[in-house]
Amino acid sequence: MEWSEYLKPLSQGAWITIQLTVYSTIVGAICSFAFGIGKLSTNWAIKGFSIAYIEIFRGTSLLVQLFWLYFALPIAGDAIGIDLRLPPVAAGVLALGLNIGAYGAEVVRGAIQSVRYSQYEAAKALNFSPRQALWRIALPQAIPEMMPAFGNLAVQNLKDTALASLISLGDLAFVAERIRNFTQDSTTVYTMILFMYFGMALVIAGLMHLLERAVGRWRRVGH
Amino acid sequence: MLFGFSWDTSHGELAFAISILPILLMGLVVTIEASIAGFAVAMVLGLIFAVLKGAPSRFISWPATFITEFFRDTPLLVQLFFLYYVLADHGVILPAFLTGCLALGVQYSAYTAEVYRAGIEAIPKGQREAARALDFSARHTFTHIILPQAVPRVIPAFGNYLVSIMKDVPVLSVVTVLEMLGVAKIIGDQTFDYLVPLTMVGGIYLILTIVCSGIVRYVDMSLPKTGIPLK
Repeated sequence: MEWSEYLKPLSQGAWITIQLTVYSTIVGAICSFAFGIGKLSTNWAIKGFSIAYIEIFRGTSLLVQLFWLYFALPIAGDAIGIDLRLPPVAAGVLALGLNIGAYGAEVVRGAIQSVRYSQYEAAKALNFSPRQALWRIALPQAIPEMMPAFGNLAVQNLKDTALASLISLGDLAFVAERIRNFTQDSTTVYTMILFMYFGMALVIAGLMHLLERAVGRWRRVGH
Repeated sequence: MLFGFSWDTSHGELAFAISILPILLMGLVVTIEASIAGFAVAMVLGLIFAVLKGAPSRFISWPATFITEFFRDTPLLVQLFFLYYVLADHGVILPAFLTGCLALGVQYSAYTAEVYRAGIEAIPKGQREAARALDFSARHTFTHIILPQAVPRVIPAFGNYLVSIMKDVPVLSVVTVLEMLGVAKIIGDQTFDYLVPLTMVGGIYLILTIVCSGIVRYVDMSLPKTGIPLK
């Protein structure tokens, strides 16, 4: 087989990889904000839950989480009589999103905490409710600070999607492995997908850079 | 049976968990060995890349920058498969464990190179000027003036990468390295009970990373903060 014949199956795999990246990044972004803000909550139950989530998903390996959701969760569901069998796509998106979300939550928390205290005092003096102070004062200043770290996490997430091939999801790494089994032409296939992943990472980095510029306008002018 | 220990599936979950604990701990030893070996490779490769990236000639610094970007932006799993299958196709047959440590080292060298660079660039310019005034050669300046000051300062940052490497070691199980997750998966495959071994692996990982992060923080705090101030 010529290398050009690999392109069609590989591009199908790449499409799965892109979808996985997009969906899990969305899940991750939601988790980042929910638990990053939750960790700063004054309600101890919300705070405790957020800390537990962040520590568990940052403290264990992504592959362990992926295998746990795919292999162990159905058994746990059996024990309590609920069907918790996840299709590979759901397990993949959930594991990737929850994992990257835990790292993102620390970014969100750090950025919100870096907003100067006088900003909150001013908001309070102007009779903003705590919710308004968060949404209208803290977050518009904090989000531009989060963007560089989010860019790195998005690329990290793209790289992590390759692990989903280990729960038989037909992504780029999975297709490459199948072609290798079929043709034994490992040099060509793996060189091709390394460059495909590299290209996708550059695109993601570029897109995140555009987003960074777009939200950069929220930063307050002057000091 | 694995590593000479057999599991007990007939006396309930707790007995099963206790019977597989020694097997998982044997896997943990492999995990720690692979982390340390991979970390060592990353430290050495990273220093080489840091030096090359800072080379005065663009013909050296640009390719070095491209290579580290490439290592950073491609998945560990694919790099591992590449090393495992492609090297073998070209006659270089390494044991799976060594291939795995090499892949970990390659992936993380891109990150450690960046850390070294930050440390090197933080050395005040006066140090280079003084070395030049004392007629040190460029190489002598680098090995005797710059590095001895730069490396101790960046050591705490490396600790975090050691913890990250530890969390990436399970990927090595795909090339038959019997580390902790690989062992747990085998136990699950044979007993049809994935819940207990995988949950135990998660718990052991959690303890491991919390302890290691604590050690890193302690080392960071106990390192001397005196010396020539950073810029």
